[in-house]
Amino acid sequence: MSQDINIKITDRDGVTHEVVAPTDMAMNLMEVVRSYELAPEGTIGICGGMAMCASCQCYVHSDHKLPEMSVDEDMMLAEAFYVEDNSRLGCQIQMTPELEGLEVELAPES
Amino acid sequence: MIKTDILIIGAGPTGLFAVFEAGLLKLKCHLIDALPQPGGQCAEIYPKKPIYDIPGYPEVLAGDLVDNLMKQIEPFEPTFTLGERAETIEKLDDGTFIVTTNKGTKHHAPIVAIAGGLGSFEPRKPPIQNLANYEDKGVEYIIRDPEMYRNKKVVIAGGGDSALDWSIFLTDVASEVTLVHRRNEFRGALDSVEKVQELKNLGKINLITPAEITAIHGEQHVTAVEVTKKGEAPITLETDHFVPLFGLAPKLGPIADWGLEIEKNAIKVDNTLDYQTNIPGIYAIGDVNTYPGKLKLILCGFHEATLMCQSAYQRIFPDKRYVLKYTTVSGIDGFDGTRKEAPKAVVKAIN
Repeated sequence: MSQDINIKITDRDGVTHEVVAPTDMAMNLMEVVRSYELAPEGTIGICGGMAMCASCQCYVHSDHKLPEMSVDEDMMLAEAFYVEDNSRLGCQIQMTPELEGLEVELAPES
Repeated sequence: MIKTDILIIGAGPTGLFAVFEAGLLKLKCHLIDALPQPGGQCAEIYPKKPIYDIPGYPEVLAGDLVDNLMKQIEPFEPTFTLGERAETIEKLDDGTFIVTTNKGTKHHAPIVAIAGGLGSFEPRKPPIQNLANYEDKGVEYIIRDPEMYRNKKVVIAGGGDSALDWSIFLTDVASEVTLVHRRNEFRGALDSVEKVQELKNLGKINLITPAEITAIHGEQHVTAVEVTKKGEAPITLETDHFVPLFGLAPKLGPIADWGLEIEKNAIKVDNTLDYQTNIPGIYAIGDVNTYPGKLKLILCGFHEATLMCQSAYQRIFPDKRYVLKYTTVSGIDGFDGTRKEAPKAVVKAIN
């Protein structure tokens, strides 16, 4: 039985959106942002979700246990701008039932 | 002045395939691309990654897809202006267009097909205050002429191959090379990383990690940069040049100012007919366009390129009748004189 989760996404203008994300469609956070058009097309998910562009960088504000960072993601963040300790690439965060209540903020466009 | 039938802006998979479809209609193509090689994102961002949704290919590496497309269009002798960005467009009285690149190369064609993907690849610029003021005054995002750095002090920032490779190269040219990276780890090729380690041990590269450039100083020209290690006070480092090498990102760029209708960072086209833009004679195909239900897929770009070419033919030859032909039936006549065709059946009696 599939389960939808509720997450809070703060866009680049500082507006917080409460959205519902499916967990059965192999969607990641970057795709959820795009599906709700919370960032203009062409400014997020540029590489398509391969952890190769950092356009989906976000700051994670809740203390959910997230998937461990891959070497690719870590190295991409090492070259991204506006990086903080809680930075992650949205494309590397898969939507799973454990992420119910997740709170994230999109990093500035760069 | 370069003259052609269809001027294609963007040499990614969609632009390349358009050459094939145009060739079947005996139309010649010229392609402009900001990158130094054809292939667009497939070649620049993910050449070694597999693609699984190209019809007929259960799996194909992006780089191989580009190689195959180049081979497929070879008979139609496409020509290229590479490493230059299409900057301006001018519509002449006879309805044809002149497109000029940032380096001043002029192209003349009756049809312009924009297959620009997400835009032209531009260097990513770090968010440092006043950075733009120092561009070409000591700040360069691309190293074009290494001689410029002869006997100068250079600070390079970045952690990828280009930052590593240029740091290595410039040790023989510059008087002082400093490499600054936010991490201790580098993601470049192992050879390069080891070489930088060796040059660091020899004192030829001044390696500062984990650190970032946080400010630039100088009146008319860069004279120093501020290097900040996390949690420490910034230090000032005298330098003549600061070269941030953080890779490339696509930007729609000057095309956005060509008077085309733009929506969602893409060019609006008529998808009910031929992917023409609001300016007759200018088409947009592939990831660069948008219409209701648009999907940014290579296979959709191929379809759009095909319809665009048929419409372009009608536009160039409004009075000629034409019907679609199948390559299996008609074969392919290359502009280079080659011909490919299905083997003819042989009639022979059996006695």
